[in-house]
Amino acid sequence: MAEKKNVSRRDFLKTSGIAAGALVGGGIIGGVIGANTRQDTASTSGGEAGHSGGGGTTEAVRGLQFFKNQQEFAVLQQATERIFPEDDLGPGAIGLGVPFFIDHQLAGSYGENSKEYMQAPFEEGEATQGYQSRLKRNELFRQGLQKMQQEAQSRFEANFVDLEGEQMDEILTAFQDDEVDMQGANAQFFFRLLRQATLNGAYADPIYGGNQNMEAWRMKGFPGHQAAYINDIESEDFAEIEPHSVGDMLS
Amino acid sequence: MATTLDKVDVVTVGVGWTGGIIAAECAKEGLKVMGLERGKERSTEDYSMVHDEYRYAIRYELMQDLSKETITFRNSRNQKALPMRQLGSFLLGEGLGGAGTHWNGQTWRFLPYDFEIKSMTDAKYGANKLSAEYTLQDWGITYDELEPYFDKFEKTAGISGEDKNPFWGKRSSEYPTPAMKKTPLLSKFETATSNLGYTPFMMPSANLSEAYENPDGQQIGACQYCGFCERFGCEYGAKTSPEITVVPAARETGNYDIRFNSNVVEVMKEGDRVTGVRFIDTVTFEEFIQPAEVVVLTSYVMNNAKLLMVSEIGQMYDPETGQGSLGKNYAYQILPGASGFFEDQMNVFMGAGALGMTIDDFNGDAFDHSDLDFIHGGSISMTQTGARPIATNPLPPDTPAWGAEFKKASIENYTRTLSVGSQGASIPHRDNYLTLDGTYKDIYGMPLLQLTYNFTDQDRALHKYITERTSEIMQEMGAKTVVGRSPISDYDIVPYQTTHNTGGTIMGGDPATSVVNNYLQHWDMENLFVVGAGNFAHNGGYNPTGTVGALAYRCAEGIIKYSKDGGSLV
Ligand SMILES: Cc1cc2nc3c(=O)[nH]c(=O)nc-3n(C[C@H](O)[C@H](O)[C@H](O)COP(=O)(O)OP(=O)(O)OC[C@H]3O[C@@H](n4cnc5c(N)ncnc54)[C@H](O)[C@@H]3O)c2cc1C
Ligand code: SF4
Repeated sequence: MAEKKNVSRRDFLKTSGIAAGALVGGGIIGGVIGANTRQDTASTSGGEAGHSGGGGTTEAVRGLQFFKNQQEFAVLQQATERIFPEDDLGPGAIGLGVPFFIDHQLAGSYGENSKEYMQAPFEEGEATQGYQSRLKRNELFRQGLQKMQQEAQSRFEANFVDLEGEQMDEILTAFQDDEVDMQGANAQFFFRLLRQATLNGAYADPIYGGNQNMEAWRMKGFPGHQAAYINDIESEDFAEIEPHSVGDMLS
Repeated sequence: MATTLDKVDVVTVGVGWTGGIIAAECAKEGLKVMGLERGKERSTEDYSMVHDEYRYAIRYELMQDLSKETITFRNSRNQKALPMRQLGSFLLGEGLGGAGTHWNGQTWRFLPYDFEIKSMTDAKYGANKLSAEYTLQDWGITYDELEPYFDKFEKTAGISGEDKNPFWGKRSSEYPTPAMKKTPLLSKFETATSNLGYTPFMMPSANLSEAYENPDGQQIGACQYCGFCERFGCEYGAKTSPEITVVPAARETGNYDIRFNSNVVEVMKEGDRVTGVRFIDTVTFEEFIQPAEVVVLTSYVMNNAKLLMVSEIGQMYDPETGQGSLGKNYAYQILPGASGFFEDQMNVFMGAGALGMTIDDFNGDAFDHSDLDFIHGGSISMTQTGARPIATNPLPPDTPAWGAEFKKASIENYTRTLSVGSQGASIPHRDNYLTLDGTYKDIYGMPLLQLTYNFTDQDRALHKYITERTSEIMQEMGAKTVVGRSPISDYDIVPYQTTHNTGGTIMGGDPATSVVNNYLQHWDMENLFVVGAGNFAHNGGYNPTGTVGALAYRCAEGIIKYSKDGGSLV
């Protein structure tokens, strides 16, 4: 692991006054409102399906809604897996369906920035002023993934997806450290977006197509949608609760 | 051509807590009230599938649509202000109930000290405790004068709490409902702070400990500790919000109407009176004029200030000369605190928005500031609000922010980390203010509000001092690793901090230095009222809404008086 190159998380929130031992708050990426209307519903049956990269055995058919080019999607898969890798605790981004989650989100209001102020003029500004690009998120993702591929070619003369893990990490770290030139946006912002989207896909309710079989919740000990904890809230014991999806309410 | 509607007695701009309270009180007195709300109708039935962190907390389902309107921001006067293109630092409300739909429910009364902060600081520490850059002033009202209105708001909301804090103001009655359940996690905080010689007590909460009927006859449910409270609506009707209390109370009188999808763009005026408001239907883009005897701005800090500015009512604040009051004394909050990493797993995912314990030993002037280079302080609390898995990835020092180590550490520590945090007071500064932007516009063609804001030396000193206290508490709680929050440098509008924006339309005793009097009546236009946290002359060490609610009841009383007698109320 090229962990030494990871800029410490303090840099993420350096100026905010809330950078702490714990990375807090969900607002790093900002966001838009409204459900993506084209959602896959992952199977919510338990079991080990989806643990490794393959399509798993219990899901409904899935496909791409935003990406048209399988190469780009493959870069996305590998990049998100490096951010949230499979290990002895359980599946990584690919096994959880994160790349499909991101694809679907990019096709909808998230990717289109439809609830965000996108009026000109666009000027670069200070880091404390936040996102100032005229690029929509889906345009930024496409460019970022293409740049990752280009970096792989120029650094290692290989496709991104054929690199060793450490080599992929080197490229991701270069984005994180803002050492790659992008047009109309900066690499560091793209990296933060990619990292946050990966976590969104891993831990969001499975109705969005990630967090398959609620495996990420199980790893973390989060029970998802539970109607109430009033009977357990005073208990001293840690409660191990089988998770539920909000999707269960409709069936 | 704008269509002119039938005249009403009172029009409010926006229907959150302030708009709802004004409507209920005035409608009960027989005044015809119209609420214009830019967002949509919504109710408890809309929240049955609300346990969805992604949709509600990350993608801000219930909050303002920034594609229509936002603010611009810069840290200092010599920077160019740029639009806040995505929500982040604070989350603006929209739709019935405003931010009162998705708030946490932590409901405080500001301290007696807060209302007379300037006089009390000068008396105790001398006039030069803070440099002249800090535009500190009294509020033109005392805690004792405001107490009955605090009491009224708490009874309407059914607040759950206990009167055990030696540092807060005298209460005329007990809390309407008992405090919430004291969980094992809160007990850890209670024991530690007691050991250190402080006085912990249960946080006053609008997540009710038991079912309650308020004086208006509205029913509020009992909190189920579901853990999806902040940024979510309550499916049990157990988190007091405007749409389950004051809004139905107003509607039941038959004197109240709300018109949704109605975005107010201007306050109309004639001489020294206002005549009504101009608004745009957000669906058809048709323009209307709503004439009214009394206009009340209840559209939150940002839009209240903006409407006065675009309507050219009052004198704009000039940071160069210090003259003028409109836009002056914008303040925010600072968040000192510490995280602690523990051995055992804890039920951090259970909780409620206002489930917490607090000490006030470092709030207000409870401790001696003679040898400190700041004034005021902050309430220090541990809350158990329901840790959400996307947002909660606690990492011990020197853990990378992604990759294999990140995954392991964030999963391991999700159920093993607690935080003690403070809401640090924010003292106004000459260079922190609101004005209109010269470049960027909203979709209705009006200029955006511009925010110029940065943390001050006072903020940095307060942050450092309180962070040390919270670290000591965390140590005493038995954490194996304690990490205090990093010192603050420049204010950054990107990460969420709090939606506790204050100032810009401040209240006071002198028309030269404030926008409204202590009935929240505009100094220049006697039939115009402006109410909200924008009235705060500085920001205290608590959440704002208890004080906002009290001011709204005070304002309603003023409007009713004015409707009978006219004239200036002070
Ligand atoms: C996530 C979150 C958590 C919070 N937690 C707490 C807490 O625990 N304790 C606490 O004390 N406070 C808390 N707050 C703050 C609290 O929500 C606010 O103080 C309170 O709701 C303010 O009420 P208001 O009536 O002034 O404004 P709002 O609730 O913002 O209502 C204003 C209304 O006006 C409407 N409006 C705005 N502009 C226009 C226009 N031009 N035309 C027509 N309508 C317009 C808006 O759509 C909105 O509905 C929290 C806020 C947030 C966002
Ligand atoms: S925690 Fe309580 S008040 Fe908050 S949403 Fe859940 S049930 Fe309602």
